[in-house]
Amino acid sequence: MTATAALTTAGGAVRRVRGGATRAPIAERVLVLAGLVALVFVTAFPVVVIALAAFSPQQEVNHWPPRLIPSRLTLDNFAGLVERLPVLQQSGNSLIFAGTVTLLSLALNTLAAYALARMDFRGRGVLLTVLIATMMIPFQALLLPIYQIASSLGWVNTFFGLVVPRAADVAGIFLLRQFMITLPRDLDSAARIDGAGEFRIFWSVILPNTKPALLTMALFNFVGNWNDLLWPLIMTSDSEVRPLTAGLALVTGSATSTAPYGVMMAGALIAVLPLVILYLVVQRRFVEGVAMTGMKG
Amino acid sequence: MTTTASPRRYRPPVPLGGRRGPELRRAELRRADARRAAKAYAFLGPALLIIVGFVFLPAIQALVTSFTDASGFGDPAWVGIDNYVDALTSASVLRALLNTVLYAAMYAPLVILTGLGAALLLNRDDIPFRGFFRTAIFLPFVISMAVASIAWSFLLDPDLGLVTYWLSLVGVHLGDVFGTAATALPAVTAVAVWKNFGYFMVIFLAGLQSVPRHLYEAARLDGAGRWRTFFAVTLPGLRSTMTFVVILALIGAFQAFDQIYIMTQGGPDHATETLVYRIYTDGFRDFKLGFASALSYLLLLITLVLGLIQLRINSRHEEELE
Repeated sequence: MTATAALTTAGGAVRRVRGGATRAPIAERVLVLAGLVALVFVTAFPVVVIALAAFSPQQEVNHWPPRLIPSRLTLDNFAGLVERLPVLQQSGNSLIFAGTVTLLSLALNTLAAYALARMDFRGRGVLLTVLIATMMIPFQALLLPIYQIASSLGWVNTFFGLVVPRAADVAGIFLLRQFMITLPRDLDSAARIDGAGEFRIFWSVILPNTKPALLTMALFNFVGNWNDLLWPLIMTSDSEVRPLTAGLALVTGSATSTAPYGVMMAGALIAVLPLVILYLVVQRRFVEGVAMTGMKG
Repeated sequence: MTTTASPRRYRPPVPLGGRRGPELRRAELRRADARRAAKAYAFLGPALLIIVGFVFLPAIQALVTSFTDASGFGDPAWVGIDNYVDALTSASVLRALLNTVLYAAMYAPLVILTGLGAALLLNRDDIPFRGFFRTAIFLPFVISMAVASIAWSFLLDPDLGLVTYWLSLVGVHLGDVFGTAATALPAVTAVAVWKNFGYFMVIFLAGLQSVPRHLYEAARLDGAGRWRTFFAVTLPGLRSTMTFVVILALIGAFQAFDQIYIMTQGGPDHATETLVYRIYTDGFRDFKLGFASALSYLLLLITLVLGLIQLRINSRHEEELE
């Protein structure tokens, strides 16, 4: 998206140099760079601190004046974490929860988006309006009744209960629909003339062309659910099915917490590491995905 | 459904326009319509089932519950609008509403201005490492609010925090920011701004790409300075992006919960209790289901109004563009 660079700065005052490219005075560029470095420091610093403190000896974390770089590295904090929290199991729970929600909503949202984007049927307009209205209902406002429904079905403390209410979402459907609308009509007309059925067109014509949007939705879904706190917090009272974010919050982040900072940072590191790695691998998709959601507004 | 002809008799394919009666043609169209709709709803079915079951039904149930004194025990009694009256006259709920509004009033401008500022710094081709800067500034987006909260309560710890220490070196003594009523709400807001401004930056970067280049050129030829250009070209060009981010920030602000749950538990002295935090404590801790449902509907209405404002402004933009 920003790969093709702007020819002029938003600031305006630019000077043409040989070759046609435009450059601001060196002093200005140094200032801009300094500002960006400062921003990166602000965003990256807490992450660096988590990583360093997680491997620091206890007495160095609980020490004034605090020091950033530990004198030696230790795994004691991780041992302390494992004593308080079934980390491995809850990481697995997070993976099952976020992974299943992502896979299910990939299936359900794409099917629905296809019908809304590529099929002409009676009631589509009304349905679209209703769904747009639905998008404005905040999940938090429905927490209580959803919990009651899940509870009456016996779903509390089960993966079923964590996953099924999230298996489809209107925002995801709309993201995909907006993308599918932009695909040329000729694509499916050609397939239709060849006698392909509706599902065939969906599967082998439209889906392959929707990959960027699918990946974006999948990433957002996975990250959102892996990081979610409130929903797993209320749906699980049992540490066996509780995802890591909620488990961590209960152990480290409450007034009654007695976990030392080093242990908290070890837990925080385990919770963020998979996502940070995922992000660094496919960061382009994340950034373009945000741009995509922003553009439709 | 009054088809007069027998359906069994062979009919040659009908040419376009039809040589049969319009009556018949219409029936055929209706059947085709029904077939198409059946197919479409087969595609929509699974997703609609989830949305009906876990959005529509809960929305209705919350509305009904909000008019009762349901508590999870015994049969709930109908109490009319008592819960709403109680909520809007209760000092503690009004405090939570005020906190939420204050939070939104700090969060939205801050996250938008820092996001826009970062986007303006990055939106130029005469600086190196742009990809790296963008990646690093967007990073907090993938970090959960829970982890961000744990990290910042460590960094700002009055006795052990690195940031507390560094600031004390330059003469700024923070004290216990999360434990002091006056600073707790701004502090939890700041953590949310930290986590989200990179996200807003990326939205603005996309918006900046859509500002027509020739306008900058024209402004330059007219001798407009950089501020003039910013206010006359850049900002107007970002208008629809701006609507989107303002509503996005406000809706997000009204849902604040995670960092409050972890860092302050609504305290000190209710200074950081927000609407969603109250829904959580009233509903899931105190089992005041009816009351919490009324609070849920307040949240729903606020969000709905914000969403409708956005739709309205958007449709007006589109009209102007046409």
